[in-house]
Amino acid sequence: MDAEREVLDVLARNAREDIDDIAAQTGLDAAAVADAIDALEGDGVVHGYQAVVDWDRVEEGKIRAVVEINVELDRETGYEQVADRIAKFPAVDALHLVSGDYDFAVEVLGENMQDVSEFISEQVAPMPAVTQTVTHYIMETYKDGGIRFEDGDDDDRLSVSP
Amino acid sequence: MRISDRARTLPESGIRKFFELAEARDDVISLGVGEPDFSAPWAARTAAIDSLERGKTSYTANRGMAALRERVAAHHKRYDQSYDPSEEVLVTTGASEAVDLAFRALVDPGDTVAVHEPTYISYGPGIELAGGERLTVPTRAADDFALTRESLEAAGAADADLLVLCYPNNPTGATMTDEQLAEVAAFCRDNELRVVADEIYAALTYGGDHASIATQPGMRERTVVVNGFSKAYAMTGLRLGYALGPTDAIDAMNRIHQYTMLSAPTTPQYAAIEALDRCDDEVSEMVEEYNRRRRLVVSRFNELGLDTFEPGGAFYAFPECGGDDEAFAEELLEAQGVAVVPGSVFGEGGEGHLRVSYATSMRELKEATDRIAAFVEGR
Repeated sequence: MDAEREVLDVLARNAREDIDDIAAQTGLDAAAVADAIDALEGDGVVHGYQAVVDWDRVEEGKIRAVVEINVELDRETGYEQVADRIAKFPAVDALHLVSGDYDFAVEVLGENMQDVSEFISEQVAPMPAVTQTVTHYIMETYKDGGIRFEDGDDDDRLSVSP
Repeated sequence: MRISDRARTLPESGIRKFFELAEARDDVISLGVGEPDFSAPWAARTAAIDSLERGKTSYTANRGMAALRERVAAHHKRYDQSYDPSEEVLVTTGASEAVDLAFRALVDPGDTVAVHEPTYISYGPGIELAGGERLTVPTRAADDFALTRESLEAAGAADADLLVLCYPNNPTGATMTDEQLAEVAAFCRDNELRVVADEIYAALTYGGDHASIATQPGMRERTVVVNGFSKAYAMTGLRLGYALGPTDAIDAMNRIHQYTMLSAPTTPQYAAIEALDRCDDEVSEMVEEYNRRRRLVVSRFNELGLDTFEPGGAFYAFPECGGDDEAFAEELLEAQGVAVVPGSVFGEGGEGHLRVSYATSMRELKEATDRIAAFVEGR
């Protein structure tokens, strides 16, 4: 595996690993790790670093919805143009073009259900290319970013064993 | 009740004391655990659940389900091992049963069984229960705890009847290359030693594929290979292992097994079939994670001045602590709440070392090594 891929594998699991620890885990030296991170960021492989948040546990937390969007394209308007317009809204947390029954899957983050509804009905639905939206509010999150949301440590192994 | 001499005189495991010391506290980070911190792959667990729902709760064939033996034989091709699933594979209740059966099938009263040390703690008692006599062959830190022809000769193993070989090794994490095994194999052929090769950590190697002594010239017919699902597939509690060997040895082991165990438990056999069919990717991910932890732990111990050779397998590092390893481990537990196992528990050659298991999350490994750093500085 090349250095960038090894560093990427570590960061994808825990973006807070510091350079020395990544170096220790990969067997690379610290300078090589720093170079790999620069390259990953510079090449647009790594776009940022964020916490995996369980918003249900945050007072005045946020609500998340997955919105299916269907669009109608014409000579001047392709998926790129529509995506670009949708993505500009700060409430849009993630935007994917998907295969299947609809065109875009949009993850929207808002203060509450009304907030999200207003955003969809007043900002997204009226866009000329958009023909249909279906909004799914997320009721409960069990796993996100590869991390299971559950309470603490359930290591029930014997503390010392042969 | 009167207890047999045999049971009464079996020594208590040195692990026990540290288990009790560690259990007495509730703030302990344990680097003393000899099993994976992962759970068995979910696909394997669902196969077990599904088998129960379908009412698959009867005995299996003595040797284990044919479908499982076929997959085990196919799986071992990756180690260049070739065994006939109908006659040369025996599924057992954990690799532990396979080791016990091998001793009982291969050792006559008074036979000498050579065991390299430091090593896993069950071989000695197993040999004694089979009526054999253990001959200790110390391996050396200078050899990174690989077994050498020189060590075998020095210990007088030329007169032994059987050799127990455990690589990748618990507690050292040592592995052996084909070249190193060739030397040991030549010694075994020259002196007509048979071999029980406990290869339970074969899937957990870093930077090189597992090498088995059974693939050395002339060794297949004199070697019983023991392996299982506990370590690679994180299935320790499901208790499923197996032995691979020439027909005469597997027949003899099965003769004992059919009376003492009848068959290995059925539910885990279904889990194991699924594990072999579908869980290679998960094993690879576990190996990659162990490898990252291994590098971190080895580099941190070396930074602390506790010299640690680079272990090629299993999930243990074996740093030198200098002097009395038991005192070091006890004081470390007392002062910093970190549990490690003193190397001397694993026999001759282990003294002055600690067994550090990295089958623990990265976060705990970092916290534990920080605490060990504080302990070493304050000492």
